[in-house]
Amino acid sequence: MTAPPERRKRSPLRRPAGPPGKLRRRIGTTARLLAALIVVGGLYTAFSPGMQATADDEVVLSPAAAEGKQLFETSCISCHGRNAQGVPDRGPSLIGVGSAAVEFQVGTGRMPLTSQGAQAERKTPQFTLDQARQIGAYIQALGDGPELPLPGEDLGKGGDVAHGGELFRVNCSSCHAFGAGGGALSSGKSAPTLEESTDREIYAAMLTGPSSMPVFGDNQLTPDEKRDIIAYIQNLQTDPDPGGWGLGRVGPVPEGLAIFLIGMVAIVFTTLWIAGKS
Amino acid sequence: MTPAKTNRRRRLDLAKVPEATAQGIDERFQVATPLRRVFNKVFPDHWSFMLGEIALYSFITLLLTGTFLALFFDPSMAETTYDGSYAPLRGIEMSKAYETSLNISFDVRGGLIMRQMHHWAALLFMAAIVIHMFRIFFTGAFRKPRELNWIIGLSLFWLGLTEGFAGYSLPDDALSGTGLRIADAIVLSIPLVGSWVATSLFGGEFPATEILPRLYILHVFLVPGIILALIVVHIGLVVKQKHTQWPGPGRTNHNVVGIRMFPGFAAKGGGFFMIVFGVIALLGGLLQINPIWLFGPYKTAVVSAGSQPDWYVMFLDGSTRLMPAWDIHIPLGDGYTIPAIFWPTLVLPGLLTVLPMLYPFIEARLRRDKQAHHLLQRPRDVPARTALGAMAIGFYLVLVLSGANDVIAEAFDISLNATTWAGRIGILLVPPIAYYLTYRICLGLQQHDREVLVHGVETGIIRRLPDGRFMEVHQPLAPADAHGHGALDYAGAPVPKKMNRLGAIAPAVRGFFFPIEKPATPALPPAATPVSPAVPPQQLEDAGTQQH
Repeated sequence: MTAPPERRKRSPLRRPAGPPGKLRRRIGTTARLLAALIVVGGLYTAFSPGMQATADDEVVLSPAAAEGKQLFETSCISCHGRNAQGVPDRGPSLIGVGSAAVEFQVGTGRMPLTSQGAQAERKTPQFTLDQARQIGAYIQALGDGPELPLPGEDLGKGGDVAHGGELFRVNCSSCHAFGAGGGALSSGKSAPTLEESTDREIYAAMLTGPSSMPVFGDNQLTPDEKRDIIAYIQNLQTDPDPGGWGLGRVGPVPEGLAIFLIGMVAIVFTTLWIAGKS
Repeated sequence: MTPAKTNRRRRLDLAKVPEATAQGIDERFQVATPLRRVFNKVFPDHWSFMLGEIALYSFITLLLTGTFLALFFDPSMAETTYDGSYAPLRGIEMSKAYETSLNISFDVRGGLIMRQMHHWAALLFMAAIVIHMFRIFFTGAFRKPRELNWIIGLSLFWLGLTEGFAGYSLPDDALSGTGLRIADAIVLSIPLVGSWVATSLFGGEFPATEILPRLYILHVFLVPGIILALIVVHIGLVVKQKHTQWPGPGRTNHNVVGIRMFPGFAAKGGGFFMIVFGVIALLGGLLQINPIWLFGPYKTAVVSAGSQPDWYVMFLDGSTRLMPAWDIHIPLGDGYTIPAIFWPTLVLPGLLTVLPMLYPFIEARLRRDKQAHHLLQRPRDVPARTALGAMAIGFYLVLVLSGANDVIAEAFDISLNATTWAGRIGILLVPPIAYYLTYRICLGLQQHDREVLVHGVETGIIRRLPDGRFMEVHQPLAPADAHGHGALDYAGAPVPKKMNRLGAIAPAVRGFFFPIEKPATPALPPAATPVSPAVPPQQLEDAGTQQH
C-alpha cells in the first residue's frame, strides 16, 4: 500500500532530468496504471460496505473528525444512517450539509431529537460545543458543505447596527418579529426567539437555513451584511427598553392584556373603594 | 401708612371672602338660580355607575397629552435622513412623521412618557367604553327613555375606534404602515366604488403622500371634536333624563336616591379623575407601549411577524383571519370579484353597528313595553337579555382571540392552523353555549332568591329532630304563613343570603385603612340563639318534611 504513493511522488521530480527513453516510458506507463489500479482498489476497499477498513479511515479523517465519527456512531446513526446517508421517515441525509449545520443543530441542543415533531426545538445540548464541532468535522469530511469561521471570533464586531437593522427588518422580521422574539409559522412550526442566540448560531443559521428558514448564502447576504445583522441582534439583546417594562416586545397583544389586567382592574377596585365610602 | 388704613385692611374678614365673591358674581351674571339647581342635582351611588366616568377622564387625559405631542409632531411624508439620538436608526431614510415621532421619544424632554401615556389612555378609553356599555346593556339602562343615549354611546365606540386607528397610523413606523396597508385593502374590496374610494383617500396609489396629513387632521381636529360634542350631549342627556338607579327600599320609578352634585359627587368625581390620571401616568412611566423605534420606518417590503392592531381593532383582524378565502366571481363584462375580505371587515362591522343600535327598540317591541324605566334590572331577572349579551361577548371574544392567534400559538406551543380552526369552530359554537349556560345560571340565581324568600336564610345550624333526622334551621325574612313559608313577593331586588346581613353578627367595621367609626355592639348577646322564633317548632318540623 505504501509503495505506489512514493512512486507517484518521485516521478514528477525525475521528469525534468531529460527526455525519457522508450523503455522508460513503457515502464512508467505500466507503473502509473498499476498505481492507479492500486489507488482505486484501495479506495474501494476503504469505502465499500461490509469490509473492515478502519486503518484506511485514519488516513482520510483528521483526529477531530475521527472523534466525531465515534460520537456520530453512538448518537446519530439510528436516524441518519451508518454513513450519514439518511434513513427514510427518520432523518435526512447529512452529505453536503456541512459542519456549520452540525454545529448549529447539535450546539443548540436541537439534535439529537427527543421525538419526531413539526420541528426540532432548542433544548439543553447533549454534547459540548467541542464535541459538536468534532461531529461537524466528520460530516464535513464526508461531503463538504458550508463552514463557519474559526471559533473565538466576534462575528458582530464592527458591524453597522443601523444597516443591520434595515436588513433585519427586510429579511428576518417577517418570521422572527421586530423584537426578535420569534413568531408562529404554519402547522406547528415556529421561528424561534433570538434572545439567547449566540453570534455563531445566528451566522450558522443564516448560512445553512435550518428547518423552515431559507438559506442566506454569501450571494444573498455577504459576510459583511451578516456581520451587520448580527451586530443589530446583539444590540436588540443588550439594549434596555427605554419605555419601562417591555412586555416581551410582542406588540399590541400584551398591551391589550395589560390595560385590562392592570389598568382596568386597578381602576375598578378604586370604584369599589370610592363607592364603599359613601 | 396711616393707622386708619391699616385698620381698614384688618377689617377684611377672610371668612366672608367666598360669600362676597359669590355675591359679586351673581350680581353680574345672575347664576345663583341655575347653579343651585346644578349643585343640588342628585346622583345615585353605585360603583358600576363610575365606569363611564373612566372613559371621560381618559378622554381628558388624551386631550392633555395629545396637545403636548402635537407641539412636536409633523405629519409630513417627506423623506429625510435620521440623525437623532437613537443610534440603531441613524443614517436611515424615513419620513418626517416617523422622524418627529422618534424625536418625541428620544429628544423631547418628557416626550416618551407623554407618548406612552397618550397610548395607554387611548387603550383605557376604549376599554372603559366597552365595560360601561356592558353595564348599560345588562342592567337594561338603555330602555325608554334612554335609547338615544345608547345610540350615542355606540357611536362613541366607533368614533373612538376610528380615532385610535388614525393615531396608530400617524407615527409611520412599520407597524402603522402595515395597518394602513390592510385598511387600503379593505377599502379596495368595496364593490363597484372600492378603487375610486381608495385612490381618493390616499391621494393616489398606496401609500402615496397624502394619507398622513389627512389622518392627522382627522385625528387632532375632526374626530375628537365630534367625540367631545357627543360626550357633551351624552352627559347632558344623563342630567336631563336623570340617572337610573337600582331598585331598593325607598327607590321608585319616580324618584332618585343618591348624593348631591355639590359637594359630595363633585369631590368624588374630582378625586376619581386624579386616580384615573395617576393610573395612566403609572402605566405610561412603567410599561413600554408601541416601541416604534423597534418597528423601523415603514417600507412596503417590511411586514413583521406578530403585527397586530390595538386591542379594540383586534376583533376585525380576527374576523379576517377566520374568514375562508371565498372570493365571489361575477361573470359580468370583464368579470368582477367581490373579495373575501369584504365580508369580515365591512359587512360584519356594519351589522355590529346597526343591530345594537336597534336593540332597544327590538326589545321593547318584543316585550310590548312602552313604559319609561328609571329602575335598573338585575341581569338575572331578564335571563333572555343577559344570555343574549353573553352570546355577543362570546362572539366578540372569539374574534379578539383569533386576532391574536399567532401570538397565542407561539406562546402556548400550539399549531397556528389549530388556533385558526379553533376560532372557526368556536365562532359557531361558543355563542349558543354561552347563551344556554347564562340563561340557566340566571334562572338558578333567581331560583335561589325565591328559595330564600320562601324558606328564609340558611343559618348553618343543624337541628336533630326527635325521630333522628337532621335538618338545617332557616331564618325566615318575614312572618311565616301556616306552612312555615315566608310571605314575601319576588321583587327583583337583592335578597339577604347571610345571617350577618340580618344583624345576627355586628356589621363589619367600616373604614379602608383604619376604622372610621366605633364598632357597633351586636344586636344579640353571643349566648342567645341568632334565630328568631318566627316559626313554632311544630311547623319547623313540617317545613323540614316538605323540604326533603
